[in-house]
Amino acid sequence: MSKYIQLITEPVFKKNPIGYHILGICSALAVTSKLETSLVMSLAVIFVLSLSNTAVSLIRKHIPPSIRIIVEMTIIASLVIIADQIIKAFAYDISKQLSVYVGLIITNCIIMGRAEAFALQNPPLASFLDGIGNGLGYTFILLSVGFFRELLGAGTLLGYTVLPTISKGGWYTPNGLFLIPASGFFLIGIIVWILRTIAPPPDAE
Amino acid sequence: MIEHYISLFVKSIFIENMALAFFLGMCTFIAVSKRVDTAVGLGIAVVIVQTITIPLNNIIYHSIIAPGALSWAGLGPADISFLGLITYIGVIAATVQILEMVLDKFFPALYNALGIFLPLITVNCAILGGSLFMVERSYNLAESAVFGAGSGTGFALAVIALAGIREKLRYSNVPSGLCGLGITFISVGLMAISFMLFSGIKL
Repeated sequence: MSKYIQLITEPVFKKNPIGYHILGICSALAVTSKLETSLVMSLAVIFVLSLSNTAVSLIRKHIPPSIRIIVEMTIIASLVIIADQIIKAFAYDISKQLSVYVGLIITNCIIMGRAEAFALQNPPLASFLDGIGNGLGYTFILLSVGFFRELLGAGTLLGYTVLPTISKGGWYTPNGLFLIPASGFFLIGIIVWILRTIAPPPDAE
Repeated sequence: MIEHYISLFVKSIFIENMALAFFLGMCTFIAVSKRVDTAVGLGIAVVIVQTITIPLNNIIYHSIIAPGALSWAGLGPADISFLGLITYIGVIAATVQILEMVLDKFFPALYNALGIFLPLITVNCAILGGSLFMVERSYNLAESAVFGAGSGTGFALAVIALAGIREKLRYSNVPSGLCGLGITFISVGLMAISFMLFSGIKL
């Protein structure tokens, strides 16, 4: 039992997919200007990651090694199409803001990386939990970056005003730097700094 | 007419740089930029694959996937555009595989130089992103070929520039927790801000 709990908790802080393995960074930068889009993106990734891990693990003994990449790709692409259609159906505005990035979950290296590194060697339940855990680790980074970018860049959280800005008659001068995507690099750089100071990876440069 | 293509080419290299304006292909961008010579190998591979896959996906999109495109088969207004994603990634994976075999057979020197980067390109979001942007902006065949070459060159330029910066960074005194990955992120952030200077240019 404790092994399963460890599967979920370890990737969140200690072996975070973004901070530790440097996987899946593209979307972490492009969709985090608001908390809401970060949240939807994270849910989509958790959905795809846990189910693709399970599916790959279920058929892991039947996949010929030479074509395994294309088999994994097909599984992942089908799940991403489902996620994309669900977001389009129930949250159309957000799907417009996310634009191509939902489709790009296919090439998110976290998903491919976990399928290769974990699901091919482990039974379905463990793979499912590993998918959830890594998805939560991704969510953790996305939400913290989205939180600071929306709060400092626009003075709002999930669209509600927290720091009333000057243009709306308040006192807060929004920091425009946090609205441009480059600020995501600075925030992730700082998060990585904190994570690596608390738990230094053994293979640090 | 030719000016239109030149401006599209320049635009896709500098103003809409795949890596530094849209943040696509970041995983490979960060992982393979430790040394300039490996970065050059990756850059060449990206240019080749982009220039082949984007026009190829363009042909497939216009003859099969676009709404109503199947009318030549008697299917009338059938819309299978939801199958787009799986088709593009299939085309990319197949192209990379074929390219690998062709290079191995006819250009072994180039094949050895590219090494692991060629298969890695399948999961590079800059490649899939290029095809998705091509559909979103409805380019025609010639435009998509120019866009493919331009965006590939832009990515190569960015990754080689970052590799140069990181080679210099090795001699600087960086706080221990920030060393390696952390400082790389912050330098990429600064590079992205400098590339934003191009964004005001109208061609």
